[in-house]
Amino acid sequence: MKDRRRFLELLATAPSALWLAVFFLVPTVVVFAIAFKPTSPYGGVDAGWTLETLASLGNPNYPSILWRTFWLSILTTVISIIIATPVGYFLARVRKRWRQFLLLLIIVPFWTSFLIRIFAWKVLLHPDGFIKEGLVFLHLVDGGTSLLYNAWAVLLVMIYSYLPFAILPIYAAAERFDFQLIEAARDLGARQWQSFYRIFLPGIRRGLLTAVLMVFIPALGSYLIPDLVGGPDSEMLGNKIAQRVFMDRNLPHASALSALLTLAVLLPMTAVLFLPGRKGRPDLMTGEEK
Amino acid sequence: MADQEFLEFEDVSKYFGRIHAVDHVSFSVRKGEFFSLLGPSGCGKTTLLRILAGFERPDTGRVLLDGRDITALPPHQRKVNTIFQNYALFPHLTVRENIAFGLLIEKRPKKEIEKEVERMLALIQMEDQAEKYPDKISGGQKQRVAIARALIKKPQVLLLDEPLAALDLKLRQRMLMELDLIHDEVGITFLYVTHDQGEAMSLSDRIAVMNHGVIEQMGTPAEIYEAPRSSFVAAFIGDTNFFEGLVAEVVGDEYSRLAIDGFPPVLCFNDKHISLGNPVYLSIRPEKFHISREKPETGNKHNVVPGKVEDVIYQGLMTRYWVRVEGYRISVVQQHSRFLLDEKPIRWDEEVWISWHADDGYMLERYSESDEKLMSLPPENIGEMNGEGNGAA
Repeated sequence: MKDRRRFLELLATAPSALWLAVFFLVPTVVVFAIAFKPTSPYGGVDAGWTLETLASLGNPNYPSILWRTFWLSILTTVISIIIATPVGYFLARVRKRWRQFLLLLIIVPFWTSFLIRIFAWKVLLHPDGFIKEGLVFLHLVDGGTSLLYNAWAVLLVMIYSYLPFAILPIYAAAERFDFQLIEAARDLGARQWQSFYRIFLPGIRRGLLTAVLMVFIPALGSYLIPDLVGGPDSEMLGNKIAQRVFMDRNLPHASALSALLTLAVLLPMTAVLFLPGRKGRPDLMTGEEK
Repeated sequence: MADQEFLEFEDVSKYFGRIHAVDHVSFSVRKGEFFSLLGPSGCGKTTLLRILAGFERPDTGRVLLDGRDITALPPHQRKVNTIFQNYALFPHLTVRENIAFGLLIEKRPKKEIEKEVERMLALIQMEDQAEKYPDKISGGQKQRVAIARALIKKPQVLLLDEPLAALDLKLRQRMLMELDLIHDEVGITFLYVTHDQGEAMSLSDRIAVMNHGVIEQMGTPAEIYEAPRSSFVAAFIGDTNFFEGLVAEVVGDEYSRLAIDGFPPVLCFNDKHISLGNPVYLSIRPEKFHISREKPETGNKHNVVPGKVEDVIYQGLMTRYWVRVEGYRISVVQQHSRFLLDEKPIRWDEEVWISWHADDGYMLERYSESDEKLMSLPPENIGEMNGEGNGAA
């Protein structure tokens, strides 16, 4: 009887599984496979298989690009979390009416095209723009520094773009958090800051972890942002892949880099799943108790 | 500082917008006492507790603990600890870590913390559950952990916010006894907040009965039960019957005769010296009546009236009767102290006599509809569940 029920449950997941298989798994495998094909002079791929592309991954430029991609993504993630946590805390405590309005403010930018929002930053950070003028006026920068087309601009715009992905899961976890626990901590002698990091942060750790993944992984794959507001010193893996596809017409090479990126994304995710935890710690993905 | 006034609330008020949650309340608690704040939801008892714990600031008045004015102190600077209604155990910490929390915050040396935690675990008899997480222990165990977590800080006052509300009946009875034992053993002052009069009566040295932000009466459980000073207290604690009447005659120094609709003149103890012609409400508790088939032989201080039994509920130890006397439906309780099956029990629809001693009823001045709702009256007809019976009983 129980087996039959399990079978039916599995059957119910079949449509989603099928969808994932056809539209996600198969294309991923195809991309991986293309990495092992030789390039065709006409921009496509030839028949047969080769390991040549793998060898070309030894390009001396790549390590620095990889490193920069990781480093920028990590920085983005950390700063986003630092900003998002107090925001999530505040949102969960504020009154219902205000909360809906503030959440709307955070979500509304998503209704605008991503590309246009990055362009907006190009305008804002422009050397003749008011931000630059203001900073020069306050003697914080000199006239020569450029706010645009460098790693700082990329970092700034990345944080801007991915911050909502950090705020929302943290808010969701904070909203479910029992704030009487904070009262209990204060009752036992903890000050505001102590109860925040000893009780609140552990209490929302699932939200924090989700936020980390929701920022870090897209950040790793950033392409538009470094392309539009970055410069030669801030090229990321996404740029390189785009370059190989659109300019060099070298699909196998692009595939190899994509595969690299995919693996780089899978690493933190699997590490999180297998983190040594105390007994009774809930499974992060399903929420079940281990 | 006198032990009498170990904990003092001086003219404390708290307003939330236009709601007077606590309205100029003053009282004091003795050192080592088990003191309860008893009242229905919204009476202000939890707000008072929170003011003492430091989570609310009073709008007027002050709070003094052992002579010190703590009104403005934040919670972590008060030697007061709270057991919350849902225990508020930290879910990401083990039982041991929960108990140790208060001392960890104080940055005590590790050896000392370990020793104290072991002591507490022994007190609550949970040594072998120390490594469990709160979601794996039972309700009663959670409460014990909450108590240990608070007691380890050696507070001057322990606050308990309806700690038994989430437990089932049998467990509640056991935890009641445990709380009593812990109080006796530890000896510190307990301030207990509840809406359950049974809890308050069994545990407390003194009770303050609250309603709409004020204390209606304060005293020992027996004082409150036997001599309620307002109809709210009479109705809220235990059951009672209310009769509406006028003072028709004053008899000597201590008694009056009341004119109650449909009754012969009723003799009643007049400790409040209510004068002639004044309207009064007479309150008589169900167990003060005597019920019998034959008219009883009684002294001149007894009142006797005939009536008809409308409802009977047998409860083993006692039987509840509802007796119709004119416009009143009187609740009568009779304990069976002799072997019952030898007698013929009084049944539904029988004509009976009920009697009571003049000293066993007391007169009260205030009475309202909400008081009536507090009394657990059975419906007269099916579908009538809102206490719309006729008369005051």
